[in-house]
Amino acid sequence: MALFVTAMLRELLVKKKSAIVDKWVQRILGSYPSESLKFLISQKDRFANPVGYTISSSAGAIFDELIGDSDSRVTETLLKDVVRIRAVQEFSPSQAIRFVFDLKEVIRNEIEKEAGEICSSDELAELESRIDNLALIAFDSYMDSREKLFRIRLDEVKARSRQSTAENGDIRNDEHVKRDG
Amino acid sequence: MSGSKLKPEELASKIKYNLPPKGWMDQSVDFKEGTFNYSGNPKNIEYLELPNPRKWQPTDPDWKLPENWKEILLEGLRDRLHRFRSLQIFMDICVRCGACADKCHFFIGSGDPKNMPVMRAELLRSVYRNDFTLAGKIFGKFAGARELTLDVVKEWFYYFYQCTQCRRCSVFCPYGIDTAEITLLVRELLNLIGINIDWVVTPVANSFRTGNHLGIQPHGFKDSIDFAVDELESITGVKVEAPINKKGAEILFIAPSADYFGTPHYYTLLGYLALFHEIGLDYTWSTYASEGGNFGSFISHDLMKSLNAKMYAESSRLGVKWILGGECGHMWRVVHQYMNTLNGPADFLEEPVSPITGTKFRNARSTKMVHICEFTADLIKNGKIKLDKNRNNNRRVTFHDSCNPARALGLIEEPRYIIRNSCNHFFEMPENTIKEQTFCCGSGAGLGTDENLEMRMRGGLPRANAVRFVKEKHDVNFLGCICAIDKATLPPLMEYWVGGVEVGGVHELVGNALVMTGEKQRDTDLRGEPLEGQCEKAE
Repeated sequence: MALFVTAMLRELLVKKKSAIVDKWVQRILGSYPSESLKFLISQKDRFANPVGYTISSSAGAIFDELIGDSDSRVTETLLKDVVRIRAVQEFSPSQAIRFVFDLKEVIRNEIEKEAGEICSSDELAELESRIDNLALIAFDSYMDSREKLFRIRLDEVKARSRQSTAENGDIRNDEHVKRDG
Repeated sequence: MSGSKLKPEELASKIKYNLPPKGWMDQSVDFKEGTFNYSGNPKNIEYLELPNPRKWQPTDPDWKLPENWKEILLEGLRDRLHRFRSLQIFMDICVRCGACADKCHFFIGSGDPKNMPVMRAELLRSVYRNDFTLAGKIFGKFAGARELTLDVVKEWFYYFYQCTQCRRCSVFCPYGIDTAEITLLVRELLNLIGINIDWVVTPVANSFRTGNHLGIQPHGFKDSIDFAVDELESITGVKVEAPINKKGAEILFIAPSADYFGTPHYYTLLGYLALFHEIGLDYTWSTYASEGGNFGSFISHDLMKSLNAKMYAESSRLGVKWILGGECGHMWRVVHQYMNTLNGPADFLEEPVSPITGTKFRNARSTKMVHICEFTADLIKNGKIKLDKNRNNNRRVTFHDSCNPARALGLIEEPRYIIRNSCNHFFEMPENTIKEQTFCCGSGAGLGTDENLEMRMRGGLPRANAVRFVKEKHDVNFLGCICAIDKATLPPLMEYWVGGVEVGGVHELVGNALVMTGEKQRDTDLRGEPLEGQCEKAE
């Protein structure tokens, strides 16, 4: 994607990055039950807390991609890391990817006062349409994850059905079971 | 999924970020496809003579329980509190310090607070307080007590079948509360009113009928082993013997049935066969003790005892001196922690001594059963086998400590010693994800079904996350493990979270590296994949 934000808007977003990303991460983690929040936020070890770590680390990187000379493959990977987790958690599809749209509101709240002086509403609309684009990527990632999940399930069912054929006496089918599992 | 047809703005306004206003005690479970297991097949429940065989599913409003279900459950709990001192202690001693709270892979992967081990136990403890403690009877909710209702029963079913009995939480509990035992006992209670899952009930029934979870009959077992012998010959040029039901053999070898019927387990079987032939082991397979796994341990003490007994009955019938056990997971917990009081001591067997090295396995003095990794590590240590590590050069290996061998048996170093002697490229995952802190595959204790896949992916996330790390850092492409459930369920886990990592057993790596007397030039590994980089220098 081409560079779109003006230098001044970009500078403002860079200045506000920490606050924006913090609030965005809070919004994302806020979609989990409140009893689990403390853990998701405070446990910084990436292996002890893969969900919290992935969300926290990806959010900053996604924001960088959003305001920089973004590489669509990098953006896709970052979004996929988060979406792949939420695609198997207790969320409806809309809840799973809603976090992308949340970024609009978070940014708006953070830069509202200063943005009026340095950029036009068109520029802000462009920024938001760029976030919409992230949402489309997230949607693709979500579908990709769910399709993969069902493909894996289908493979398991197929393997079991082959196995059951063999159990029922047609032992010559063993070879298929062994080789294709 | 929700299936709602609301407009976007309506949908957005409905999203809440906090728990419902109800407290945890009053929330009921929403059974969502992909996150629970289907009920036990009534035919097999009947076969096992278990209570209340019927057709039902967790999504049904009516679970068709006996009229006096509550009385049965409370009486069952009273009986178990009396019989098992450990349960009484586990109910009373927890101070809710929270040390276990963030250690469960299901909690870490789902963020569901009821998957904190302390909360999972609290689901039972709250009922215990209500009906068995004075404070609970008087103060009710204020004392953390709640009445046993149908919603509670459904919650028990949901959450105690979201515990893989991996015991990672118990490693961190200062009091040593074993949540796996609480899970086992609640499942046992649920079973009293006919609540169980098919992935446990059917394998147990099969095991009763034919000796193994898959229901393979003796001729099928023999065909499988014979097939493996032929295939090993085509790879190595060596025709091995694989004695079955051989009376008077020195050792009875018992492996999980998946080893001779599943992939990638099968390559481990080839490894066993090659190794036993090369060292000239006097051993036998058994068509009756044709299963190491004990799904009985996922449902009740009685069933665990019955299935465990057949291994010892068979060792007695065949007149062997001791038992060698394969790459199985929970078999080792049953053998190491329960066997002696369930069916032991096995006085009719001898204290295991390796016929090749003379090493006495004093640790197995009571159970008379030795883990194959101990056995093989001893062979290597004593220079009794020749291993060409270069034959595994196409593998960049990491090792997943399977929960039960690591935490129940303490088998930490032996598999690593074997891998280091069989491969040039071995990389450990981060310390807080391996050894006694290992993360479960997320599919043990009967949860490895396709219908439960979404939940399995949540539970397996911490493990997969660590594998992904070593894949990105060291280009790891092989995840070694020593458990049949791992071998069945880690491949889909890798496929979803990581990609490009194969799963296999430690003895598959041994079989690849083993230099056999009279073998032909090996062109492929045991999977039939071409050998690469044989001349590559060791790292």
